[in-house]
Amino acid sequence: MKRLVILGAGTAGTMMANHLHHKLNRKEWTIDVVDERTEHHYQPGYLFLPFDIYKPEDIIKSIKDFIPSDVNLITKKIDRIVAADNYIQMAGGDQLHYDLLIIATGAKIAPEETEGMNGAEWQHSVFDFYTFEGALALRNKLRDWQGGNLVIHITEMPIKCPVAPLEFAFLADSYFQHKKMRDKVNITYVTPLSGAFTKPKSTAALEHLLEEKNISIESDFAISEVDNENKTIVDYGGKVIPFDLLVTVPTNKGDELIARSGLGDDLNYVPTNKETLQSKDHANIFVIGDATNVPASKAGSVAHFEADILTENILHFIKSESLSATFDGHANCFIETGNSKALLIDFNYTHEPVDGMFPFAGVGPLQLLKESKMNHWGKLAFRWIYWNVLLKGTPIPFVSANMSTAGKHFN
Amino acid sequence: MEKIIAQKTVQVNEEGYLTNFAEWNKEIGEEIAKENNIVLSPKHWEVINYVQNEFKNEVPLTIRKIGKSGVVDIKEFYALFPVGPLKTATKIAGIPKPAGCI
Ligand SMILES: Cc1cc2nc3c(=O)[nH]c(=O)nc-3n(C[C@H](O)[C@H](O)[C@H](O)COP(=O)(O)OP(=O)(O)OC[C@H]3O[C@@H](n4cnc5c(N)ncnc54)[C@H](O)[C@@H]3O)c2cc1C
Repeated sequence: MKRLVILGAGTAGTMMANHLHHKLNRKEWTIDVVDERTEHHYQPGYLFLPFDIYKPEDIIKSIKDFIPSDVNLITKKIDRIVAADNYIQMAGGDQLHYDLLIIATGAKIAPEETEGMNGAEWQHSVFDFYTFEGALALRNKLRDWQGGNLVIHITEMPIKCPVAPLEFAFLADSYFQHKKMRDKVNITYVTPLSGAFTKPKSTAALEHLLEEKNISIESDFAISEVDNENKTIVDYGGKVIPFDLLVTVPTNKGDELIARSGLGDDLNYVPTNKETLQSKDHANIFVIGDATNVPASKAGSVAHFEADILTENILHFIKSESLSATFDGHANCFIETGNSKALLIDFNYTHEPVDGMFPFAGVGPLQLLKESKMNHWGKLAFRWIYWNVLLKGTPIPFVSANMSTAGKHFN
Repeated sequence: MEKIIAQKTVQVNEEGYLTNFAEWNKEIGEEIAKENNIVLSPKHWEVINYVQNEFKNEVPLTIRKIGKSGVVDIKEFYALFPVGPLKTATKIAGIPKPAGCI
């Protein structure tokens, strides 16, 4: 028997287990999935938790409910990958040999990368919402916060779901309106980018929305430290921004196990061929989701599209064929804009998000890059789709792994 | 669009970044630096060479990368290129403005 091992049973690892358990010849292959956790979190839900829109039980399920019964689920912490000898070293001392390896260990926040970030004010007036604990602590804080300067901040790129901090700003605006205290809150959006987003058309659309919602923006801000005593953030150029409540997205990094294995770049992301998803250093290692260094968004939708491509390429690899399936960087993200509206963006490595209709040219029903209630329902439906369609590896009707240009208004 | 920099006609984008690195030379670098009120010292040139090499190797540039490059730390980088250091350094170097991945 040959052994395929998947590291990580989050979004990407779970999808791969579901794809491969019926695509591989099970008389020849066993499949193992390793994860240290027993709970699967719907991370997009962390955005809604602070505003009391979702409850914890809406976003947590058991990992094992999503892993097929003919796949071995191993609940252990991975210490390192020993790629030269094709085995996994578990933290407890066990070893697991593999013939084929898929790394899907994701990315996590690293507040310790910034001076003072997890200092005295951490979870008192400095919060993150990229972890369950952070989002929950922030919810409790917001419930009785009296107002002041709310600063929403991105430390450095890349981060998971790069639009989430903007959505947080929009939702905060609408949350304080509903609490009838918007006039007591100044909202500032602080980013290391030169504008609200990275690509021209979406940046223009999003900056317009920020202005409309009276959210000020500070761009090109490269943080050097959080000053806990004076409650300010300071950038290398000397800019100082005071806060009463700081909601920051700390540096995101791949898991430390990647560093221990000597397989990562300076942020512990694994150098990966952006089209085939094969690791650049080891032919029998493939990488998917947030763990890669490919220049695509770190998003569940991206992992979903990658999973289709990777499944094909794993089958090619086993048959010693060339890896002919190529990923184009396709991402598809809803952006919550508050007051039960959202906008939708669809893009890839080469095409920036533009306006138009989706998924059917001229028909929609979803509108690209424009606020609508329909898009908001799309975002909320995404949670159901995530648990019931995405994780199971079922294709989303009418949305293909590689991006379609139909119905879009490029210049 | 076309622009004449240091007596040479080059292709630039709306923001003034060269769109074809092959057209770049040191005089062009010096001219763009001057437009940004920077007089290039040997240390500036070390940074410029470094970012050009990273560009040729297709490594995406970030402030963090520069800070860990061994060429300068982030404080020194800001001292050399005070306003938006990465944007300015790449412009002088004749390479695209780093996008900051999406
Ligand atoms: C606030 C927020 C909002 C988001 N919103 C959206 C959205 O609207 N749309 C969207 O598409 N995406 C969104 N995302 C991104 C999405 O959640 C991620 O891109 C996706 O979960 C990535 O999947 P993954 O499998 O690569 O990593 P993960 O799902 O994070 O899984 C990694 C798994 O590896 C395990 N692991 C790691 N290291 C070890 C180890 N050493 N030993 C054992 N196990 C280990 C972890 O326990 C985890 O279960 C959001 C993310 C956040 C944080």
